[in-house]
Amino acid sequence: MAAVRTNGERTINRLAIVSVLIITMIFLAPIYWIASTAFKPRNLATTIPPTIVFTPEISPFVKLFTKRSQLRAPPSQEEYAAAPWWERLVFDGGEKVVRSGRGEVQLSGYPSRFMNSLIVAITSTVLAVGMGTFTAYGFSRFRVKGEQDLLFFILSTRMLPPVVVAIPMFLMYRAVGLNDTHLGLIILYTAFNLSFSVWLMKGFIDEIPKEYEEAALVDGYTRMQAFFKIVLPEAATGIAATAVFCFITAWNEYAFALIMTNRRAQTAPPFIPSQVGSGLPDWTVIASGTLLFLLPVAIFTFLLRNHLLRGMSFGAIRK
Amino acid sequence: MADIALQGVTKKFGPNIALRDLDLDIKDGEFFVLLGQTGAGKTTTLRVIAGLEKPNSGKVIIDGQDATGWNAAERDVALVLQQYSLYPRLTVRGNLEFPLKSRTHNLTTAEIKDRVDRVAETLQITRLLDRKVERLSGGEMQRVSIGRAIVRKPRVFLMDEPLSALDANLRDVLRVELKKLHSELGATFVFVTHDQVEAMSMGDKIGVLNQGRLVQVGTPSEIYARPINTFVARSVGTPPMNLLDGVLRGGAALLDAGGFTLPVTRTHGADGARMRFGIRPEDVVLDDNGPVSARVFDIENHGVIKILTLDIDGTHLHATVSAQTKVRIDEVVRFGWRPGKVLSFDPGNGRNLDLG
Ligand SMILES: Nc1ncnc2c1ncn2[C@@H]1O[C@H](COP(=O)(O)OP(=O)(O)OP(=O)(O)O)[C@@H](O)[C@H]1O
Ligand SMILES: [Mg+2]
Repeated sequence: MAAVRTNGERTINRLAIVSVLIITMIFLAPIYWIASTAFKPRNLATTIPPTIVFTPEISPFVKLFTKRSQLRAPPSQEEYAAAPWWERLVFDGGEKVVRSGRGEVQLSGYPSRFMNSLIVAITSTVLAVGMGTFTAYGFSRFRVKGEQDLLFFILSTRMLPPVVVAIPMFLMYRAVGLNDTHLGLIILYTAFNLSFSVWLMKGFIDEIPKEYEEAALVDGYTRMQAFFKIVLPEAATGIAATAVFCFITAWNEYAFALIMTNRRAQTAPPFIPSQVGSGLPDWTVIASGTLLFLLPVAIFTFLLRNHLLRGMSFGAIRK
Repeated sequence: MADIALQGVTKKFGPNIALRDLDLDIKDGEFFVLLGQTGAGKTTTLRVIAGLEKPNSGKVIIDGQDATGWNAAERDVALVLQQYSLYPRLTVRGNLEFPLKSRTHNLTTAEIKDRVDRVAETLQITRLLDRKVERLSGGEMQRVSIGRAIVRKPRVFLMDEPLSALDANLRDVLRVELKKLHSELGATFVFVTHDQVEAMSMGDKIGVLNQGRLVQVGTPSEIYARPINTFVARSVGTPPMNLLDGVLRGGAALLDAGGFTLPVTRTHGADGARMRFGIRPEDVVLDDNGPVSARVFDIENHGVIKILTLDIDGTHLHATVSAQTKVRIDEVVRFGWRPGKVLSFDPGNGRNLDLG
């Protein structure tokens, strides 16, 4: 009897594993598509049906980082022989790397867009989480007049789809000279994430017994010291979870970035699809840019994974 | 060392009034117990003394100085709670050091270590010093909490039901230790509990709180023997004092239940006045020639004593008798009471008429 049941359980177990594998594969398919395209030769990128087996190439990444122009005539023997390996890859694709008058290789727009993304996303995340934590602490620990109304108001800033306000925001930004600046995007993303951060952090801070800080107050610590010594370490898990959410939102934001920035402060999301190469869109370059773009969020989430696992189970913080 | 006084303290939480015009005097070095049921305002009183709550009106006086406006750090009190007094992230040593590292103390590392070690020894927690707090048992945690309080040598100790989450044996042990600690330190202790046994066994003085009002303050024996009203009378003693309604007739008590007449030594009011007579279970005596007959409704065995529940025409009362007494359930017995121990209460407002 027992053996029969064990066998049954084993079958169910196997079925579960197989179905999880299948589901995972379905979800990972787009990622695989992007990742594989990023290493394909250009002529295989758009074949129908998609090419599964191919020799991976590094050339899309070379093209991603360099400024190129169409070759009118094939390069001469000497030119080809003198070029470094990566420049030859560009020659092979029928293009040439653009050099300045003094022969320096010109970079494409991608590295600076990537930096812009990092600057804007990191700064706005730090600001949103920092201000959100302080605000949430205030709401959680003090009797605030009209607390419910204020909290609802804070949340209500998220109720409108952001695109609705994009045009007025654009006009206002242009009037005050904030468009196409890092500061402009940082302010925008911070404001956007703040409501979310306040609400999440309030939940986490509510879970921390106020007795901990009160004990510190009685022991001769100031409210500030109690906050930094007691509340912050206890809230680390919540801060990590909130930071990941805010970072992902800011990192992936497309609509505002598209409207508000075009060169100096442009972030990667609006830039990548505009990366059509010289001539027809080069999907391999777009794919390699996208692949690199995925990394920061993946790394950030991975680094904070221990906090996240505990933090996501809202309210289940160990006491 | 300090004495503490609350003068006319009222504390409201929105529409709730937690403390109403509370006056309290706690002498230097006293072990003062605040006794009250849940919601009586015990915790709020402690928090007002600690400076964690500002009263809506009234004053907090510490050592003769008006401390109402002082914040918690300036009051030099220590707080022990039922739980959450310890930081889960720190070790036992970290927790004991924490109060000493605040800016109000200027101690060297060596001094801190010395103090922590001495406190750990006093409380027999030396072997726990390097453990994480979350790995401790409830009893160990409370020992550490007490240690955290005494390491600072504060003027006043405030304890909010520090023992009520522990099991009975541990509670007894820590009760004795706390009393010992109190006599060694000579500091003022304010100890909150809803457990009357704890209050009676530990307090130099007991203050009984009810719905935000201080009903009576006195030594345990005063509270027990001369309760100011029926509320206090029933707050202390197990089982609680029996209260029987009746009238005064010819200098004796004529009970409503069964129409029995029992003698009393002190009488208040005119012949025929309605009374609520109070008698403690241990002053009810089984006696074959007693004036009242009742049926034994229930018997509880407590080792050296038995607690009987007697039924007189549907009115129940308790009697404490020696374990040797032979009774059976449903047996009809006769009993009397010790006339000198009978208290008379006003049936309307419950006041003890003996106290005038
Ligand atoms: N922060 C608060 N906000 C609103 N009401 C409160 C607050 N703290 C206490 N109260 C109310 O004040 C009254 C007294 O509460 P308090 O905590 O002092 O009672 P207690 O005697 O300590 O009770 P317990 O034995 O349950 O701990 C209660 O009615 C309680 O609901
Ligand atoms: Mg309480």
